[in-house]
Amino acid sequence: MLRALRENRPLQGFLLILPTLVFMVGLLIVPLTLTLVVSFGRRSPDGGVIFTFSLDNYLRLLGYERNCPSGEAVCFNPLYLQILWRSITLAFNTTVLVIVLAYPLAYYIARAPARWRTALLFMVLVPMWTNFVIRVYAWMMLLRKEGIINLALGWMARQLGIPFQPLEMLYTPGAVLVGMVYEFLPFMILPIYTSLEKIDLSLYEAAADLGANPWRTFLRVTLPLSMPGVVAGTILVFVPVMGTFVVSDLLGGRQVVLVGNLIQRQFLDARDAPFGSAASLVLMVMTLVVTYFYTRKFGFGEEIVKA
Amino acid sequence: MNPHQRSWFVRLATILVYFFLYAPIVILILFAFNASRTNITFQGFIPYGERVVMEGSLVRASPCGPFHWFCELAKNREVMHAARNTLTIAFTSTLISTIIGTMAALALQRYEFRLKTFSQISLYIPIVIPEIVMGIGILVLFTQLFSLLNSLLGLSGDARLSLGLGTVTASHIAFSIPFVTLVVQARLHGFDKSYEEAAMDLGANEWVTFWRVTFPMILPGVLSGALLAFTLSLDDFVITFFTTGPGATTLPIYVYGLLRRIITPQVNALSALWVSVVFLAVLAIQRLENRQG
Repeated sequence: MLRALRENRPLQGFLLILPTLVFMVGLLIVPLTLTLVVSFGRRSPDGGVIFTFSLDNYLRLLGYERNCPSGEAVCFNPLYLQILWRSITLAFNTTVLVIVLAYPLAYYIARAPARWRTALLFMVLVPMWTNFVIRVYAWMMLLRKEGIINLALGWMARQLGIPFQPLEMLYTPGAVLVGMVYEFLPFMILPIYTSLEKIDLSLYEAAADLGANPWRTFLRVTLPLSMPGVVAGTILVFVPVMGTFVVSDLLGGRQVVLVGNLIQRQFLDARDAPFGSAASLVLMVMTLVVTYFYTRKFGFGEEIVKA
Repeated sequence: MNPHQRSWFVRLATILVYFFLYAPIVILILFAFNASRTNITFQGFIPYGERVVMEGSLVRASPCGPFHWFCELAKNREVMHAARNTLTIAFTSTLISTIIGTMAALALQRYEFRLKTFSQISLYIPIVIPEIVMGIGILVLFTQLFSLLNSLLGLSGDARLSLGLGTVTASHIAFSIPFVTLVVQARLHGFDKSYEEAAMDLGANEWVTFWRVTFPMILPGVLSGALLAFTLSLDDFVITFFTTGPGATTLPIYVYGLLRRIITPQVNALSALWVSVVFLAVLAIQRLENRQG
């Protein structure tokens, strides 16, 4: 039998991948399938799941609510559509801002002398690997009514002799946006850096020889060649922003509800697993669709793997 | 040599973005040394003293001096318990996912077999779907499975299966495997199969070839994969949040729970320690990568 194994390479390969398959099927594919099955079910009075086949949870996400307060059988409630829309626009705004901030920095690192590059990258990696929750906490401290920003503004106002009321910055949509940009900025810097670093410097000499000015060189040489990095970074930022609930929970309070908060509350407060499952799958499909069309349009580099 | 290197715009933007990245962290760490317990404004550092002297919400003296809150942290049982859980989960999941992930990388890079495409695709899924979706899926699976098993086996009381260290560790293994596999695969991709073929031609069997030739060559990749798995596990919030149960709180979960109620300099002390650990870990990873060339 051992001899058979020694000669059978396909069997060897299969045995090597088997433990991975057990985990991927058991803790990824089965759970996703079960989420789908549960999403067609109904919540039981004690918070459990009644397995049926109904599309009610999905219709509810689209705004068609049953058991209306007015007593009608079905009524329109745009609450969940608004949450989905808010999540998409926030993810979009975050991604755009992050690109604007990440690009010059990535450019600077990619063109810095080699001996500085490691140190400059190191300075990007440390905030990136510092725990997510801790980084949100840092912004809670900054944005509080008595926080550093208000303190600094108050001091400046006093110097200029202007009356000053501390700004309410925490628990606003703006706070959530800043928090998201802060959390995901490093995930854009690294892939853009990787693609910029690969550009052959002789292309710049060629462009200069042919009489292109710096701005034109940037638009015609640098930018197109760095697009794979921007695309990879966009996916690394857009997808998690769509699903995050910590930032909006801690910096947005109850003001800013995103899909992530909706899902989390269905499982932990409302104990409505079927509706939460439906929302979770809608989130997954939305991000996969965006990722798919985006990568098909702009191509897919190896940058995403490197980051 | 290139047109933008000296552009004032790029330089200014770089300085501002680094400032944006670091200002919050610096302030976070500074407030870990705050004399004020309410931690709203910075009230100066804490002087050394034989005993802890409090004056209202101000700490006037402490045997630990400016490091007062770090000492308090070490005395905090909940924090120590959460730290122990975090490390147990991280070590176990790193060990298992590194072995399994390395095996998968070898299989995908060196062998042809059935279900190869399926395996490759399933390894990409955790990377492209939001973490919350995977967390919810595992939560749904375990709640349904446990309630089924508990009623089938007639378990009650403490014997009931429930979410805890086991479910968190299993989930961490599941989300780490793809990253380990990717890193080791990249390493395997980089070197020539002919070394292995030469060993085989010289009469070494596959087992000897693996341990004497292949393994030493991929070792840096395996180590980077393990470090990545360890960091991912230490850092994870979302999947842990949905798969944890009573008694299995990890540090990120503990901090999150605290932040929703109170803000104390102890959290800052914990954050400062966390940043220092990350600092050393990133340094180690960069060293390792540089040695790989």
